[in-house]
Amino acid sequence: MSDQESEETLSPEHSSVTTSAQQPDTADIVIEVDDVNFSYVKGTEVLRDITMDIRKGEVTALIGPSGCGKSTLLRCINRMNDLIPTAAITKGEIRILDTDIYDPKVDPIELRKHVGMVFQKYNPFPQSIYENVAFGLRIQGIKKKPILDEAVERSLKLAGLWEEVKDRLDSSGLGLSGGQQQRLCIARTVAVEPKIVLMDEPCSALDPISTTIIEELITQLKEEFTIVIVTHNMQQATRVSDKTAYFYLGELIEMDETIKIFNSPSRKETEDYISGRFG
Amino acid sequence: MAVPATEPPFADTADAAENPLYAKSSALKRRDQLVSIVLAIATYAILACAAFIFLDIIRKGAPVVFESSFPFVNTEFFTKSPESLITFEIEDGSYFEMGSSDYYEWKSENPGVRIVEEHAHPYSGGGILGPLVGTALLTGICIVVALFIGLATAIFLNEYSSKGKFMDSIRLAIMNLAGVPSIVFGLFGLGLFCLVAPVITEVPQERAFLTIPILFSDSYLSFEGWGTCMLAGGFTLAVMILPVIIAACEESLKAIPMGFREASLALGATKWQSISKSVLPYAFPGMLTASILGITRVAGETAPIMFTAALAHKDKLPWQDIQVNEEANFLAQSGEWTGGFLSQSVQAMPYHIYTVAARIPQNEWTRPMQYGSVFVFMVVVMLFAALSIYLRIHYRKKVKW
Repeated sequence: MSDQESEETLSPEHSSVTTSAQQPDTADIVIEVDDVNFSYVKGTEVLRDITMDIRKGEVTALIGPSGCGKSTLLRCINRMNDLIPTAAITKGEIRILDTDIYDPKVDPIELRKHVGMVFQKYNPFPQSIYENVAFGLRIQGIKKKPILDEAVERSLKLAGLWEEVKDRLDSSGLGLSGGQQQRLCIARTVAVEPKIVLMDEPCSALDPISTTIIEELITQLKEEFTIVIVTHNMQQATRVSDKTAYFYLGELIEMDETIKIFNSPSRKETEDYISGRFG
Repeated sequence: MAVPATEPPFADTADAAENPLYAKSSALKRRDQLVSIVLAIATYAILACAAFIFLDIIRKGAPVVFESSFPFVNTEFFTKSPESLITFEIEDGSYFEMGSSDYYEWKSENPGVRIVEEHAHPYSGGGILGPLVGTALLTGICIVVALFIGLATAIFLNEYSSKGKFMDSIRLAIMNLAGVPSIVFGLFGLGLFCLVAPVITEVPQERAFLTIPILFSDSYLSFEGWGTCMLAGGFTLAVMILPVIIAACEESLKAIPMGFREASLALGATKWQSISKSVLPYAFPGMLTASILGITRVAGETAPIMFTAALAHKDKLPWQDIQVNEEANFLAQSGEWTGGFLSQSVQAMPYHIYTVAARIPQNEWTRPMQYGSVFVFMVVVMLFAALSIYLRIHYRKKVKW
């Protein structure tokens, strides 16, 4: 994509971003990553001195070559890294709406109800479409059919899947196409009404048409959710995100408005990467 | 490398037999053929043995079980327990053969008849109801206990424990259990479950290993053992089959994609919710298949039950004539809910087969019982194996991801 094109496609977004940037308030910061170091095994830090603010209602894209730590950071935000016994944040804090999520008082299970996650490989349960979407509510103990029905319909509509599946909610979620399965996973995630949705390369296993549908979906979802998306696809970052953060070797090289990162990055490393000189 | 201008065709070789592509008879080639013959013989020998065993059992066993007239099945064989077969001749020269219970009935009905010649063949009359029921109960108890402990262990090892040397050594220890001879398990079961396992009783026995009074009651927790009973036998069999069940359950759990666990955790599920709702239901078919195969294995075990649960002979079925001894142990005492049922000893198929095959004088009168028992037992075990294969195919079709 040439600079000319991206200028055109991104300019409306640019203007909206600048207006929000004019208000220097910190009120709409949802996720605050404050000088964080992280290691999977003691002594080898895979994230170093990461500091970034993620604002409400924005899509933030994390880009960078493989192994740069962007997925690791994503998994720190909903504490999925807790599954690895030796993994730990060794310095700094991650605050969500002013609460340090690694505070001993924070229960990762409660946290994950507010910070949903969509995975790289779509992973619906081998159950009906309805049960897939209702899963998160059922484990919270919600049994009333009307509430579940309403939530399933609302979530599937949000994920743009309702029209395609409304007549076969009882058929298996695995009978859907890859793109539909990923949208089912998105519906499952938004059904528990999280504030933040983390997406770990949600389109990397999908064909181009499904990718386009999901990207359109992401731009709609940001009305309701704060979205952080890890992507390998730089065009995707320009299409869906408001802010872009470039990671390299466990460090945050640069984070800014997406348009700025892709048109006039302030760091040479960023420019090298986005112009395809490596990575 | 110098290449001749024109390579002569192979067939042009002066002597046609010297064509380099033609087969040559050499020592190497003969050895090759010999090896393939030896391998084939070994394989077919096994097949021949299996065929011989099966055909012999079917040929001699099927006539005992099936009849040419309605109802085509020898019902007595399945409705009576083993008893002695009495053959006798009375003074007018007529000849009878009947089970001992029928014989005493006949004698009381014909008090004046003088019996000329009488022979008793132990265990050769009646049927195999007692052993069949006993084996069913033992395997039932075994599978409940083994599945509970095995599943718990497998879930702990696969989902909860952290990887490390300690866990590896636990795994190794479990796998080593599979190599312990079954007679050792029998003695272990005798030592632990029959003689030392705890019971709740008001009158502890003198030989109790340890007696602990229970607060606010007249009862004691007495480590005096359960005695020879089906509960002890079932537990012993369960310990024996545990390594197989644990390995099978762990394999089934490993086959479930990590994505299911992550997805449910990311939706705010607790660890147990994630395991019970999005792992176990999908691992269940594999576990079921493995446990049915486990059943077929424990059903045939003789050594573990001969000290712990099985009797060669027992007149009554386990639920008949239970003597609830108020002063006995907890199992008998808890008559209200089990009727002392679990503390009954039982007959069992493998032990019965051992008895009729090795413990009684052999003659033509004992043959039908021997072959009939083996035939029925073999068919039952094969049915279970077939069921497990069917379930595996059925669930593979149904549950996919």
